Amino acid sequence: MTWTSDQPIISLKEVHKSFGDLEVLKGVSLDVMKGEVICIIGPSGSGKSTLIRCINALNDIQGGSITVEGQEVHDPDLDKLELRKKVGMVFQQYNLFPHKTALENVMMAPLKVLRQNKAEVEARARALLKKVRLEGKEGSYPGELSGGQQQRVAIARSLAMNPDVMLFDEVTAALDPETVKEVLVTIKDLAAEGMTCILVTHEMGFAREVADHIYFTDRGVIVEHGPPATFFSEASDPRTQEFLSQIL
Amino acid sequence: MRRIPGVNAPAAGGMAVLKPFDVQKHVPDGYIFTRWVANLPWWTPFLVLMVMAIWPTLAYAQSRYSTAEAFEALWRWMPFLIKSGFFFNVLISLLAMAIGTVAGAALGLGQISLHRPVRAFAWFITQLFRNSPWLVILFIVLLAFPFEISVFGTSVRIPDWIKGVIGLSLPVMANISEVVRGAVQSVPTAQWEAAESLAFTRRQVLWQIILPQCYKRMLPPWMNWYAILTMATPLCSLLGIEELITLSRQAMESEDNHPELLVPFFGFALLLFFLYCYPIARLTIRLERKFAVKL
Repeated sequence: MTWTSDQPIISLKEVHKSFGDLEVLKGVSLDVMKGEVICIIGPSGSGKSTLIRCINALNDIQGGSITVEGQEVHDPDLDKLELRKKVGMVFQQYNLFPHKTALENVMMAPLKVLRQNKAEVEARARALLKKVRLEGKEGSYPGELSGGQQQRVAIARSLAMNPDVMLFDEVTAALDPETVKEVLVTIKDLAAEGMTCILVTHEMGFAREVADHIYFTDRGVIVEHGPPATFFSEASDPRTQEFLSQIL
Repeated sequence: MRRIPGVNAPAAGGMAVLKPFDVQKHVPDGYIFTRWVANLPWWTPFLVLMVMAIWPTLAYAQSRYSTAEAFEALWRWMPFLIKSGFFFNVLISLLAMAIGTVAGAALGLGQISLHRPVRAFAWFITQLFRNSPWLVILFIVLLAFPFEISVFGTSVRIPDWIKGVIGLSLPVMANISEVVRGAVQSVPTAQWEAAESLAFTRRQVLWQIILPQCYKRMLPPWMNWYAILTMATPLCSLLGIEELITLSRQAMESEDNHPELLVPFFGFALLLFFLYCYPIARLTIRLERKFAVKL
């Protein structure tokens, strides 16, 4: 099956995932079109992070199907490396490589994985660091950067692979309130450029602002979803209403 | 310091307070030996010297062989004992460490292999040599290895000291294997995930991301094992290898085996080992403290 851009770039159908006896995802379905920004919100432990970790095969699934650009992610014959070249991921704890400088962190994957020309990669890495507003920090080690700066390096590191989709797993949850904004601005720029983004977030204001579509998960299922304009004002499910009333 | 009732001063009510139990303080780590050496006071060699000097006078006051004569004999033998004896111990320790490190690194990586049989085999070899007495391993190597091997038709003799090196490198290998495994597993799994999400292969993750973060934390335990290995090289004297202890015995024999010679000669050997291992032990403990905080 060849994928064309009028089909969903990412499609989940009835995804089931358990850790041992604990069923974390109980039949989740969602579609993401190219260029769309979707936000997944919901109480802790509702399976949000697990959900997006399944999309780049960091977690396996027990049932259902996940396709990225028409390709089944949980096909045992799938070349995971090819998938991960298409899907970038940013983590809550940044997970930068502590023994490499900011610039080296960004350059590593294109050099070692894609085996691209060093001069080109370096020029692109510098441009990316500039784009995430970290000019002048190229030579700094992760330990010398603030949380917000590290997270922006992590975003640049993912972007250096030229992914088609970006996954953001609660990327601002570990940050100080004042540095949250600088990371959100970076993501907003990306969304404005047409990058397909899936965000797990607790930043409701941000979700309302950037998302094309919002999904609310609770206890392993998608309870409710809709565009932000209607989602926040017309949530009908009592679970959504309770969650929103606690957060907003 | 401010006195806080119940913490560093009796509580107001005088009730007994159960303080948190510091597990770290009570669990022996891999550095017991090195820590002991590093904590010896700086005047230890002088203490040994003193014992060396007093022993002959005290123990053999009746004898006609005097302390001065014993030391005069030691003085004559000293250059030979250092050059032909102690330097040979150092050579044995360096070679055994080199072989043990390379083999141990391979074995340690085997222990984290994705292939079950490889993992099981590496685990078994590691446990086997880690938990066997060094002397038994030495004797097995000495007796089991052929004394000559033929390479392209010409037979090459394997000297006993090479067998000693191999025998000592085996337990070192097993312990380095554990050091490598432990260091790799001490890197947070998040580092693996971050690298995997950037499409690194498992091999690339290990060599480019994980291992470079391990070298620093492997250094102190590696040096710890080097100090232990060096102290173990006199075991080779039991195999007849002509290292410091064997030569000391031979020297005493040629000095008519006066019992007064025992403490000066072996005390001298003790001093040499102390002077070599003490700085290593101090540095190891310092590095261990430094890196322990920074993880």
